[in-house]
Amino acid sequence: MTLDLTKIKPYGDTLNDGKTQISFTLPLPCNDEAIEAAKQLLLKMGFENPLVVFYKELTDGYTFFNCYGNCTHDVDFTKIEVPKVESTTWSLEETDTFVKEKIGRPIVVVGASTGTDAHTVGIDAIMNMKGYAGHYGLERYEMIEAYNLGSQVPNEDFIKKAIELNADALLVSQTVTQKDVHVKNLIELVEMLEAERLRNKILLICGGPRITHELAKELGYDAGFGMNSYADDVASFVAQEIARRNI
Amino acid sequence: MQNSKLGLDFSKVEKAKKTAQRIAESVQKQLNNFTTVAVERTLCRLIGIDGVDENCVPLPNVLVEAIQEAECLSDGVLYLIGNAMIATGLTPQEIAEKVAIDEIDLSTFPRCASQDIEKALKPYVMQCIERIKSNRQRREKMIADIGEGTKPYIYVIVATGNIYEDVVQAQAAARQGADIIAVIRTTGQSLLDYVPYGATTEGFGGTYATQENFRIMRKALNETGLEVGRYIRLCNYCSGLCMPEIAAMGALEGLDVMLNDALYGILFRDINPQRTLIDQYFSRIINGFAGVIINTGEDNYLTTADAVEEAHTVLASDLINEQLALLAGIPEEQMGLGHAFEMNPDLENGFLYELAQAQMTREIFPKAPLKYMPPTKFMTGNVFRGHIQNALFNVISVWTGQGIQLLGMLTEAVHTPFMSDRYLAIENAKYIFNNLHNIGDEITYKTDGIIQKRAQKVLENAIFLLEKVEHEGLFSALEKGIFANVKRSKTGGKGLDGVCEKSENYSNPFIELIKHFV
Repeated sequence: MTLDLTKIKPYGDTLNDGKTQISFTLPLPCNDEAIEAAKQLLLKMGFENPLVVFYKELTDGYTFFNCYGNCTHDVDFTKIEVPKVESTTWSLEETDTFVKEKIGRPIVVVGASTGTDAHTVGIDAIMNMKGYAGHYGLERYEMIEAYNLGSQVPNEDFIKKAIELNADALLVSQTVTQKDVHVKNLIELVEMLEAERLRNKILLICGGPRITHELAKELGYDAGFGMNSYADDVASFVAQEIARRNI
Repeated sequence: MQNSKLGLDFSKVEKAKKTAQRIAESVQKQLNNFTTVAVERTLCRLIGIDGVDENCVPLPNVLVEAIQEAECLSDGVLYLIGNAMIATGLTPQEIAEKVAIDEIDLSTFPRCASQDIEKALKPYVMQCIERIKSNRQRREKMIADIGEGTKPYIYVIVATGNIYEDVVQAQAAARQGADIIAVIRTTGQSLLDYVPYGATTEGFGGTYATQENFRIMRKALNETGLEVGRYIRLCNYCSGLCMPEIAAMGALEGLDVMLNDALYGILFRDINPQRTLIDQYFSRIINGFAGVIINTGEDNYLTTADAVEEAHTVLASDLINEQLALLAGIPEEQMGLGHAFEMNPDLENGFLYELAQAQMTREIFPKAPLKYMPPTKFMTGNVFRGHIQNALFNVISVWTGQGIQLLGMLTEAVHTPFMSDRYLAIENAKYIFNNLHNIGDEITYKTDGIIQKRAQKVLENAIFLLEKVEHEGLFSALEKGIFANVKRSKTGGKGLDGVCEKSENYSNPFIELIKHFV
């Protein structure tokens, strides 16, 4: 077998075997019929040779399954296009030098976990001096004036602070995504900025574990940073974009 | 003399505790003469005022706001309600209902003598005291009758947003082996300056803490406790702008565990420091009397600050929390002082440092049912590694005899736990707790090895920090960002407008009565 990029499927230990691991709970008591129900479900999901390797009744009427199967579907990898943040990630020194030479003044970045969201882990990882996983935060940059407003910052206060500090870029962190509460909050911020006629004067960026660049663009943001993005990704984008737009 | 496996010098521990005590006493002295809207609403609840007005505003809020508008808050609600009871012959609840429809104005009645007011209130105050006492006795009796889990207690969270769905999840978790069920609150509740009313089915990332929701869950867990032959404790969150009110509601409904930190709201919710410290005092008086185990929130420091560099701030805060709790009459056996397993998994010997810190915390607070929090900061969505991180966390807990083990979920950082996530977490913990049951009795640490030195260093640093805090004063230390790298000003943050100096008429008979009972 050879690798065919137009027909990609999961890899277990042999090319194109389609082997997939899957686990789920069914609202059924644990018995032979429940196991059969799990297998039939796997077939409907498009798995051949469904194999239930472990099952356990978690509580009366709920059974947990660990399963394997061979995926029958494939995707054409050559046709895939994913919108991405278009910037090159630089080191802290490179970004600082670039800002000094091309912008000639420090960039003001204001960040917060907004709305009712109480999680500061994300915004802290990007902004705090120490940063995260070896990537220093924005506060460490010589040419970035970083203001971390913390969590549960109402959009109104966020904008007020942005005006007061004359922000070049706003970073919005959203961690709680239950019932799409983050989407509502992110849209509200865009609408409020537009009403204040600030939207075009400011770089607007959101981030969080469930945020994608595609979602961010759709909501009217300039960029979205999801899992595995760090302060240097954000700093490079901000510097390059401000220089490009001449904000 | 207590024996230390870590070679800790207990005269240094004593010194640290004395310093923390002076810090706590100084704060308490500064705040003794103040009350807050939350404390006053709590007093309303304790004398039986409940329900909402036509706009769904809780009656304790209606009453306290009316008094605040009449500029009488410094006299305290009890003084004004007792006075109105004498003038009208109405019960506290009837008075609140009439205030809500603008039928009476508490500030207009002629002022009676304070001993008459005290007498009028007494039956209501005593009824409340008796109810809280009987809840406490119910818990003690049930534990004596059916037993309870062994420590570390297995603590899991339910967070569906719908109290009835929470019941299904909580009962499932209890059947799988959970000892404590925490109903996490909806995001944002800590900043509401009122407690919502009734059973609720809508929340984000959690479920509203309401008295009715407390009642529903307590009843469900009593049933499940009888079924599984093990008392199941119920936990909620006594923090935010309604800290003492939640304590009162929990005491009235028989909750067993409450998150109840003196500094958490200041640092992580930007609630005014004075407001928080006044509120925490009364909330802890209630929790102490109700037999509720309080949990402190030091684990949160390490979500923003580094677990190695800032370990001493966790210890220093535990020491301050302990002394503030002692001032409010909470016995050590009810102090679930917090710490967390938040070291970077890539750190060489990280497990040894963590072991040192957990053992150190155990030795410094020998009677406290320490609350140990799982990894969150370095949980990545790699659920397989996450499950191992949680396993290491469980090993340290059973090894060092922690009291309350907040189980880590393999899907931390992905979603609120599925039923199966919780099952896997409990299975993980039970496997390790059972397999390593006596490991702590069997293994000693090398003299002057990595573990001993680490613990000694953290204690040294904590003492240094406490001395600095004492020198500065707690408020000034908070302003300088000593804890969790967060800076909070004494007059900043939310809720300062709800702080009020007491007049000479002011009285809160609960404090003396409760202390007398204990």
